[in-house]
Amino acid sequence: MSLRIVVTVKYVPDATGDRHFADDLTVDRDDVDGLLSELDEYAVEQALQISDNSDDDVEITVLTVGPEDAKDALRKALSMGADKAIHVEDDDLHGTDAIGTSLVLAKAIEKAGYDLVVSGMASTDGTMGVVPALLAERLGVPQVTLLSEVSVEDGTVKGRRDGDAASEQLEASLPAVVSVTDQSGEARYPSFKGIMAAKKKPVQSWDLSDLDIDEDEVGLENAYTVVDSAAERPARTAGTIVKDEGEGGKQLAEFLASQKFV
Amino acid sequence: MAEVLVYVDHVDGAVRKPTLELLTLARRIGEPVAVALGGGAGDTAAALAEHGAVKVLTDEAAEYADYLVVPKVDALQAAHAAVSPAAVLVPSSVEGKEIAARLALRLGSGVITDAVDLEAGDEGPVATQSVFAASYTTKSRVSKGTPVITVKPNSVAVEAAPAAGAVEALSVTFSAQATGTKVTGRTPRESTGRPELTEAAIVVSGGRGVNGAENFAVIEALADSLGAAVGASRAAVDAGWYPHTNQVGQTGKSVSPQLYIASGISGAIQHRAGMQTSKTIVAINKDAEAPIFDLVDYGIVGDLFDVVPQLTEEIKTRKG
Repeated sequence: MSLRIVVTVKYVPDATGDRHFADDLTVDRDDVDGLLSELDEYAVEQALQISDNSDDDVEITVLTVGPEDAKDALRKALSMGADKAIHVEDDDLHGTDAIGTSLVLAKAIEKAGYDLVVSGMASTDGTMGVVPALLAERLGVPQVTLLSEVSVEDGTVKGRRDGDAASEQLEASLPAVVSVTDQSGEARYPSFKGIMAAKKKPVQSWDLSDLDIDEDEVGLENAYTVVDSAAERPARTAGTIVKDEGEGGKQLAEFLASQKFV
Repeated sequence: MAEVLVYVDHVDGAVRKPTLELLTLARRIGEPVAVALGGGAGDTAAALAEHGAVKVLTDEAAEYADYLVVPKVDALQAAHAAVSPAAVLVPSSVEGKEIAARLALRLGSGVITDAVDLEAGDEGPVATQSVFAASYTTKSRVSKGTPVITVKPNSVAVEAAPAAGAVEALSVTFSAQATGTKVTGRTPRESTGRPELTEAAIVVSGGRGVNGAENFAVIEALADSLGAAVGASRAAVDAGWYPHTNQVGQTGKSVSPQLYIASGISGAIQHRAGMQTSKTIVAINKDAEAPIFDLVDYGIVGDLFDVVPQLTEEIKTRKG
C-alpha cells in the first residue's frame, strides 16, 4: 500500500513586517520579506506525522502557487522532511482570488496524483480560510477540515474539529481534503541534515498550460471579486497612560464610568 | 424589491445574535428570506420575523447534523434556485465561511468573507473588510454571479423590523458528496454562563502576565462584574491556562466589542489582529514599553494583581 499526500502551502509576506497594498490593490509582495505561512507549517507537520505513524509507503509532495520567491516556502517544507515539491508559476496568475487559486491547486493536485490533501487552516495574509473547502468541492472528495487532531488508518481519515458550539469527531474515506489548525501540534524545526537534504530534492515547475487552464480563468481581471479601495486605518489617537501608584484600579473604574461602561 | 437569502445560525431553534445582525444588514439590500436548517429550524420563525424576515425556508432533515458542511450547501443552493436572490449572507463562523465558499463555487459566484459592514451599491452590495491585522480597511464587491458574503459578529446594531416571516418547507435533494464526511460524535461546549466571545459588548482578556491557570479567576471576576466575555492571548492558551475557544487573535477569535480590557497582554501582532477594531481599548501591563499601549484609550502601567481586583471591587461598589 502506498499513500500519496499533497500538502498545499503558501508563501506570504511576513505578518510582523509592514504589510501594504500595491497600486492595483493586490498584496504588495516586494517590500516585505516573504516566508512559508506559519499556519502551513502545521499542515507539513501533520503530513510528516501521518507518515511517521504509517506502515504504508508514504510520499509527501508540497505544492504552492506563487511567484519565483515562493520556492523558499517549498524549500522550508522540504527541509522539514517532505519528499518533493511542485511550484505552479505563471505571470497570468497575478491577482488571482481564492476561487481561481482553488482551480489551479485542484488541477495541480489531480495531475500530481493524491490520496490525501493536507492544508493549513488559513493563510496569514488573506486569512479567508476557505481554500480547503473549495478544493474538496472541486475535487469531489470529502472535506475533513479545521482539525486539531488527525489520524489516517486503513483508508479512513479521522479527526477532531473544535467548533464554537461543540467539539466534533469526524470520519471520511480517502481520498479526502484535510485542513489542520494551530492546535494540531507544534511544527518541527528543520535539522541541519534536513536542510542539506532539501537541496537535492526535486522541485517541479508547472505553468498554466501544463494544467490546461486558460489565462482567462485566473488573474486579477478575471477574479470573482473586486477591491474598490484600500485605506490605511488611522492610527488610534494616543490614549491616557497612568502609572499605578496604588489607585490604578479606581482610576480605571472612573474612566470606565466616564465612558458609561459602569 | 429583490430578495436576500440569510443563512440562519441557531441552536435547536434559538437564533444566535449574528443572524439578527445579518437580517438588519440584508434589509439595506432587499427583503430578507431566511434559511433555517436542522433540528428546531421551525422554531426560529418568530425571532426571524421580528427582525425582518419576509419568509423563512426550513428543512429539518437529520443530514444537517450527521454530516459536515455539504448538506447545508445543498440546501442553500436549493434556496437560491427557488428565490433567485440579489445576495446570500452567511454568518462569518468557521462553518459559515466554508458553506459560503462552496456555495459560491457552485453558483459561479464570487465570495467575500469577514465583512464588517455592508451597504447597497450601484454594482451590488459593497462589503467593508479589515485586513492585515486590521491595519487596512478595504471596500470590495463581488463582480460575478450572485454575491455570497459572510459577515462578522458585532458588525451592526440589531434593529427590530417586524415582517411576515411565513414559514415554507424547503425541498432539498442531497448531492452525492453530502454524506462524505460523517460526524461520529459531538461534545457540546459546557456553558460558562458568560456571553459568547465574538458577540459580547465587553471582553476582558488575560495573557502571559496572568501567569497560571488558577490566576484566571482574577480575570473572570472582573469579567463577571461587567457582564463581559473572557478572552485569552495565544501565549496563555499555549501555556494551557485557558481553553483555545477563548483565544483572541489571528488563529483564534476576532472580536470587535464596545470595550476591550487587556490584562497582562503585551500586544503582539497575532493578538492585535483579533482585537484592534474594538471601540474602546484599555490595558493593564507591568511593562510601560508593551506595544498594547500604542492602541489604548486608557492604560495602567502596573501589576494586574493589584489593579484588576481593585477595579473589580470599585465596579461592584459603583453598581451597588
